[in-house]
Amino acid sequence: MNLHLHATMRRVAAMVLRHTYLMRKSWIRIIETAYWPTMNMIMWGFIAQYFATTSSVIAQVPGMLVTALLLWEVLFRGQLGFALAFLEELYARNLGHLFVSPLRPYELVISMIVVSFIRTAIGVGAAIILAYVLYATSIFDLGFLLLAFFVNLLVTGWAVGLMVAALIMRYGLAAENLAWGLIFVAAPISGVYYPIGTLPEWLQHVAWALPTSHVFEGMRAVLTGGTFMWDGLLHAVWLNIVYMAMGIALFLLSFRAARIRGTLLQVGE
Amino acid sequence: MTAAVIVENLVKRFGDVRAVNDISFTVAAGSTTALLGGNGAGKTTTISMLLGVLLPTTGRINVLGADMLQHRYRVLPRMNFTSPYVDLPKKLTVVENLMVFAGLYGVVQPRKRIATLVEELEIGNFAGRAYGTLSAGQRTRVSVAKALLNTPDLILLDEPTASLDPDMGDRVRHSLMQYQQRTGATLVIASHNMAEVERMCDSVLMMKGGKIVHQGSPDELIERFGRDSMEEVFLDIARAVHPGQAPSHATERAAKP
Repeated sequence: MNLHLHATMRRVAAMVLRHTYLMRKSWIRIIETAYWPTMNMIMWGFIAQYFATTSSVIAQVPGMLVTALLLWEVLFRGQLGFALAFLEELYARNLGHLFVSPLRPYELVISMIVVSFIRTAIGVGAAIILAYVLYATSIFDLGFLLLAFFVNLLVTGWAVGLMVAALIMRYGLAAENLAWGLIFVAAPISGVYYPIGTLPEWLQHVAWALPTSHVFEGMRAVLTGGTFMWDGLLHAVWLNIVYMAMGIALFLLSFRAARIRGTLLQVGE
Repeated sequence: MTAAVIVENLVKRFGDVRAVNDISFTVAAGSTTALLGGNGAGKTTTISMLLGVLLPTTGRINVLGADMLQHRYRVLPRMNFTSPYVDLPKKLTVVENLMVFAGLYGVVQPRKRIATLVEELEIGNFAGRAYGTLSAGQRTRVSVAKALLNTPDLILLDEPTASLDPDMGDRVRHSLMQYQQRTGATLVIASHNMAEVERMCDSVLMMKGGKIVHQGSPDELIERFGRDSMEEVFLDIARAVHPGQAPSHATERAAKP
């Protein structure tokens, strides 16, 4: 194997090991990771069931709501897992040691992506199992498209996570709350629980600029038995490439700015 | 003389403030050089630039034969750093922390290397404890162990014995000196402990107001200032109106207690 690639993989593995140590010794962290997706899923599931008993028109809605919620959690947990992995380094005041080691910024980003994936798998995995047990709703009914939806939402989450990490590197822990809140800006206009057509026309243009809108519209099309919009999925992929490139650029710019201002050895609690 | 570090006309400005003001120096390979000065003298800024985590406004830095601005990642695996002001993850145990950094530095046989350092720096008693639960002195020793993990050719030590009692401070200094004798590594130390500087260092760079105002071996500086110790030399320079000028011998003697 290429020596450079081997060294990169070793450093990424070291960073993943660092977060695995952290998760392994704290059951609270693992429970917390699964807590909100599970709670949301239970709440929305029961609300949806209630609607189902009151109107035959919306009898098919429960499965759609639960599926939408689970996919939303993929997006949210993906972003949060990424941002939290970065925040952990700030809380520990460890960035100085990391950035004087041979760890390159892109290797740090890859390690945060891996950690985010693990966190998302734990968090959403528990909710997926409960959704099946409680409401007989299997997200796997989406078939192989599920994988496409998952990947697209995760990439969007990572792109937003990169932007959040960049802002935290720039503004310190004052920007910490963005890790929890920024992604929710996309919630009302991504068509998670209702079609994009519900939005005012001018807002629909904004919505279609988000990869998430294409994913959730695609989900709805599959679940209602309609024609799946492959071009929508393709749009999501292209938009994700753009968003990811923007996230990486912002992160690297912020890293360079921190090297100019000299905050890498100081940033922390 | 082979140089481990060559700094030429280094300047770092933060807005209108010149934290480092056109300094040039060379650190000989295998030597121990002290970077001294009062608070705000520019030591930490200089060390940060040597490590590459702070970009200079102008000037050049060559570390272990590589231009630090262009080829930082070529030399970082051969360097390491410790500072009581930069922490390690608090919830990880000492050994877990060292394992993570062993991975980052590509240490071959990490467990064996960690076991050696645990023994040398006498951290075995708390190696299984979370870093965050350790005393300041214990943390300092762990940080030194982290700095030696990759058997570096150049170590930048920011107050390496801060928070250590005299006995443990002496042991850590002994470990560092032994390491240097064994490997021929270069040490750059920022310290406020002048006894430590006299004992460990071959040369001293004395900074004030972002400039290097004096340099030489501890013995040379003591002689130049007509003093008995580096502590007195430090005070002379820190309190001098014209720090670049050594006080006249007569004045010096008269000023001595």
